[in-house]
Amino acid sequence: TKTRDNIVSGMDSIFHGFSKIDDDFYEELEETLIMGDLGVRTTEEIIEDLKAKVRERHIKEPMECRQLLIDSIKEQMDVGETAYEFEDRKSVVFVIGVNGVGKTTTIGKLAGKFRAERKKVVLAAADTFRAAAGEQLKEWANRAQVDMIGGQEGADPASVVFDAVAAAKARKADILLCDTAGRLHNKKNLMEELKKIYRVIEREYPEAYHETLVVLDATTGQNALAQAKEFNEVADITGVILTKMDGTAKGGIAVAIQAELGIPVKYIGVGESIDDLQKFDADEFVNALFYKEEQKETED
Amino acid sequence: MAFDSLTEKLQNVFKNLRSKGRLTEEDVKAALKEVKMALLEADVNFKVVKGFIKDVQERAIGQDVMNGLNPGQMVIKIVNEELVSLMGAETTEIQLQPGSAATVIMMAGLQGAGKTTTTAKLAGKFKLKGKKPLLVACDVYRPAAIKQLQINGEKQGVEVFSMGDKVKPADIARAAMEHGAKNGNNIIILDTAGRLHIDEDMMTELQEIKEAVTVHQTILVVDAMTGQDAVNVAGSFHEKIGIDGVIVTKLDGDTRGGAALSIKAVTGRPILYVGMGEKLSDLEQFYPDRMASRILGMGDVLTLIEKA
Ligand SMILES: Nc1nc2c(ncn2[C@@H]2O[C@H](COP(=O)(O)OP(=O)(O)OP(=O)(O)O)[C@@H](O)[C@H]2O)c(=O)[nH]1
Ligand SMILES: Nc1nc2c(ncn2[C@@H]2O[C@H](COP(=O)(O)OP(=O)(O)OP(=O)(O)O)[C@@H](O)[C@H]2O)c(=O)[nH]1
Ligand SMILES: [Mg+2]
Ligand SMILES: [Mg+2]
Repeated sequence: TKTRDNIVSGMDSIFHGFSKIDDDFYEELEETLIMGDLGVRTTEEIIEDLKAKVRERHIKEPMECRQLLIDSIKEQMDVGETAYEFEDRKSVVFVIGVNGVGKTTTIGKLAGKFRAERKKVVLAAADTFRAAAGEQLKEWANRAQVDMIGGQEGADPASVVFDAVAAAKARKADILLCDTAGRLHNKKNLMEELKKIYRVIEREYPEAYHETLVVLDATTGQNALAQAKEFNEVADITGVILTKMDGTAKGGIAVAIQAELGIPVKYIGVGESIDDLQKFDADEFVNALFYKEEQKETED
Repeated sequence: MAFDSLTEKLQNVFKNLRSKGRLTEEDVKAALKEVKMALLEADVNFKVVKGFIKDVQERAIGQDVMNGLNPGQMVIKIVNEELVSLMGAETTEIQLQPGSAATVIMMAGLQGAGKTTTTAKLAGKFKLKGKKPLLVACDVYRPAAIKQLQINGEKQGVEVFSMGDKVKPADIARAAMEHGAKNGNNIIILDTAGRLHIDEDMMTELQEIKEAVTVHQTILVVDAMTGQDAVNVAGSFHEKIGIDGVIVTKLDGDTRGGAALSIKAVTGRPILYVGMGEKLSDLEQFYPDRMASRILGMGDVLTLIEKA
């Protein structure tokens, strides 16, 4: 398993060289947040809020100001107590998102995790569109040693989910994980299709706890906010999974998503192996936002 | 949508600018402040934006305001021209080897960017031009990656060369060259596994492929939705393996696609094609002017300016 310790350790570097809280200091903060993909609007709001607090509390020390900022983002990104309730209940987890973000891989990782916790897991291969999507999920089912339903290219995804729900009931599964085809949120017909699949879950499996996770690629910029919004229109999203956090992207758009939509990040993906999934840790996430890798500096 | 409000904002800025004749520093700064926001909202890298704005500012101050335009519009006109020229000025194609010599193309990029899909799209494009492409399965890691390429190859009616997932990608590439030579393939496209630019072992693997066989064109495949990190990704790939061109995928979404500008700025390499959907025919020519106005998000303003 990979850790992000290396990323977290050097976070102070950016605040060195500031002896007082001035325009340059705020500019540096702004730059850091924008480079972390928080977006112009969220960044401005955060900085304004920070300035007000600094005034109110008569703060003079840059380091103290920094801590204030970190604490407030951390507080905002807090996952909440009930976030992982579905893990311990009979549940159905609906996994959605745009193309190539890591849905299928994340389902494989979740299956591995739950299986290790001795839960009975069933996978629904409801991506019947992309070439070899079924084979890919099948490989993950084998790795995690769990059952998989469906996987036939061209089949109706809603009926795959229908069958999978029946199988989950018959096999007394603890958790049913549904993989879906990647789709861009601006494609009307594909979003309608997703709604139809979601309705099957609601109608056929009311006794299960419904968890809907949207998978977002940490490398994605401002568009991730539009993705979260549009997918939330189709199915009530209960959490975000932020993948590819083992790269150099910060995934800061998750802060904007939490601020605007109130959807928490629940897990992060940190690699391509079965155990490269971690519960979201607000501390680590926020610290990483302020860490700057020296060699990544480009010329002005 | 965000586009409208931005246009509105700009119109307001324009209204307040009254100077005639030459662009004053004040005019330029006011308009460029909005442009800066627009570029950042479009995911253009912060440092790229800073450099760009500085250049435009220098060029714009003191310029004559054309008849029919207000100072703000004049600034936008200059911004647009600079953006287009930065994006590449004209459309380009993948450079093929002369005569009947085979061209070897290697696809590279982050996980999930669209390499395998784009490989099959390119094959179809070359086939239409009367070429005989061979697709090579060099991704030995991702579950069912080979199968995915095979299914797509079959859909396109082109051959896929694979040696399973136990052979090193460099060796697969080498064997594919022999196979292609025997078979009369004049385009050979290597589909490689997705990898992080900071994964030293995986980046070395690409270097090894390039040492094993002569690669004529190394293509970086990048997701159009990429944010600020695009400069790190493109910069590292270019530095470590050397890229010849870029293909931007998933532009059928509603992203403004500022990453395209960042990538062009750090690599200096042309954007060759854009992916416009999941279907294997959804690969289009890249038009710098369209990309520029998409990134700026000022379509209507630009039309207005062009009419002037
Ligand atoms: N480095 C890294 N790669 C990841 C992570 N999660 C997924 N990937 C890789 O990202 C690529 C795409 O993952 P998939 O699981 O196929 O993504 P998907 O969302 O199911 O894709 P579609 O079904 O085509 O929409 C694969 O190469 C995965 O190995 C992660 O956390 N870190
Ligand atoms: N909408 C849209 N989807 C695309 C486009 N190009 C690729 N995709 C989708 O993006 C996802 C990932 O594509 P792949 O071709 O598997 O990406 P890859 O780079 O080979 O992925 P890895 O091998 O795992 O690194 C799939 O769901 C594709 O259908 C595009 O231009 N538009
Ligand atoms: Mg998938
Ligand atoms: Mg691939």
